[in-house]
Amino acid sequence: MTSRQKIPLQFLLGAMLFGAFALAALLSFVWVPHDVATLDIAARLAPPTSAHLLGTDHFGRDLLSMLMVGARTSIAVAVLAVGIGVLAGVPLGLWAAARRGSLIDEIIMRGNDLVFAFPSLVIAILITAVFGPSAVNAIIAIGIFNIPVFARVSRGAALSLWTREFILAARVAGKRAVRISAEHILPNIANVLIVQGTIQFSLGILAEAGLSYVGLGAQPPTPSWGRMLAEAQTMIYTAPRLAILPGLAIVLAVLGLNMMGDGLRDLLDPRLRRARK
Amino acid sequence: MLRYLAIRLLSLALSLVAASVVIFAVVEVIPGDPAAYMLGLNASPEAVAALRGELGLEGSPVTRYISWTGGLLQGDFGQSYTYRVPVGELIAQRIQVSLPLAACALALTVLIAFPVGLIAAARRGRAADWGIMGATQLGIAIPNFWFAMLLVLVFAVNLHWFPAGGFPGWEGGIAAGLKALTLPAVALALPQASILARVMRGSLIDILHQDYIRTARAKGLTRHQTLIRHALRNGLIPVLTIIGLQFSFLLAGAIIIENVFFLPGLGRLIFQAITQRDLIVVESVVMLLVFAVIVVNFMTDIAYAIADPRLRRRG
Repeated sequence: MTSRQKIPLQFLLGAMLFGAFALAALLSFVWVPHDVATLDIAARLAPPTSAHLLGTDHFGRDLLSMLMVGARTSIAVAVLAVGIGVLAGVPLGLWAAARRGSLIDEIIMRGNDLVFAFPSLVIAILITAVFGPSAVNAIIAIGIFNIPVFARVSRGAALSLWTREFILAARVAGKRAVRISAEHILPNIANVLIVQGTIQFSLGILAEAGLSYVGLGAQPPTPSWGRMLAEAQTMIYTAPRLAILPGLAIVLAVLGLNMMGDGLRDLLDPRLRRARK
Repeated sequence: MLRYLAIRLLSLALSLVAASVVIFAVVEVIPGDPAAYMLGLNASPEAVAALRGELGLEGSPVTRYISWTGGLLQGDFGQSYTYRVPVGELIAQRIQVSLPLAACALALTVLIAFPVGLIAAARRGRAADWGIMGATQLGIAIPNFWFAMLLVLVFAVNLHWFPAGGFPGWEGGIAAGLKALTLPAVALALPQASILARVMRGSLIDILHQDYIRTARAKGLTRHQTLIRHALRNGLIPVLTIIGLQFSFLLAGAIIIENVFFLPGLGRLIFQAITQRDLIVVESVVMLLVFAVIVVNFMTDIAYAIADPRLRRRG
């Protein structure tokens, strides 16, 4: 990758789209138009005005403020779930690749298959059924499903590196597999991991929305996009705005991340760029 | 092929055993005493003891696990604590909604994705391709339950073409049943069809770069002839895997969608069971879903081996 290389337009658009949500989420820590914890029943279901740019919900809470804090919940859950996947999955994948064909490789890969066999939502349901619904359990449930994804991706990318000459040189120099994995393999698969991370991030936002929609995610009073949709469903006849805006927020945030991911992949993997033309 | 089949069957059996151990451990071992958990904090010790007897929780975890899986193998899913009926009966009832829903959604996914992916590959780089890629990018980003709400808003609330929710039962006629499942199936299918169409396009375009395609073109076949006769068959292999994987997404997605449309399927059953702390129902339905996913993945592997003989040798 040279500095002269053009950054894909798709990446820029995606970054701007998602960046807006990330900024709104950050901003919500220090400032929101209206406090989301105070209910103002008198002003309930107010249409958009200059005081409430997007109107209010059935408790009179400012919708824009709710969406901003909701962005925080979504992003936090998804980031931490990706973190779990990276921290547990990447070492497993590197380990499997370093000992390819061995029993440990087999065990790690079959374990991966097993987790893949559980639809992530079913894992989440199991966990929340036993430990109760909460944002933390949603993070764990989504994160567990990220582990095999990162393990598989890093193993696949590492395997092809292990046959390369510079790795051979490192082995001849007497470096051990752990050191080679950390010093030579990891920096070379970072690109692939970043792209995968973006994809899992967007999937995490969708998963969090789904879980909180069915009541298994962040609990009240923490605003979350999924639960805002669940609450709006009964008022879809009277206030469709409440059902449309949080959904739009999810779509735009996910779309932005996906565009970033696609753009990054084009940027970081020259082979793909050629094949696509 | 026989050796390949034997290895795959063995790994299928191992996956099922491993999955059942995990589910059993999470539901029956980690919470400590499931009986106390199901009855809540205020239960008297006598009630807890009685429930323990009723649920057969006296033995060690190992004997309980063996009797649970032994029962499953004979089609005995245990007794629901809240409904007071065999869980097998509940599942048999609810699956009449969930299975047709997942099947309709899968059929729709394939019906939409195949032509769309094919057109995008055939017209790659042109306006039709750009349009399709943009639309599918959007389709992937839309949460299916929100799309379901939008469908209700347009087709049920405004146009009154379809019911906004509920299920009349198959006794009321197949037409009424299918009508109730139409919006849920469309909501489930759209995001999956977007993914599948993109996979299909990518796979076809990869193949169009191969030498044998150049040969086919050189011997005078048109672009469309090569696409249909040579690229399509080879391009279907990755598409097949994705369809297999999508089944599990559709099943899981159905759990949420059933809640949007108040459909009395397995998804509703599982959520009602969670709120009522009916662990036996949760455990058995989750096992059934995982069983379905593992078996479908197994069948995908086999279909794969039939489509691509090279894979059989790799074992």
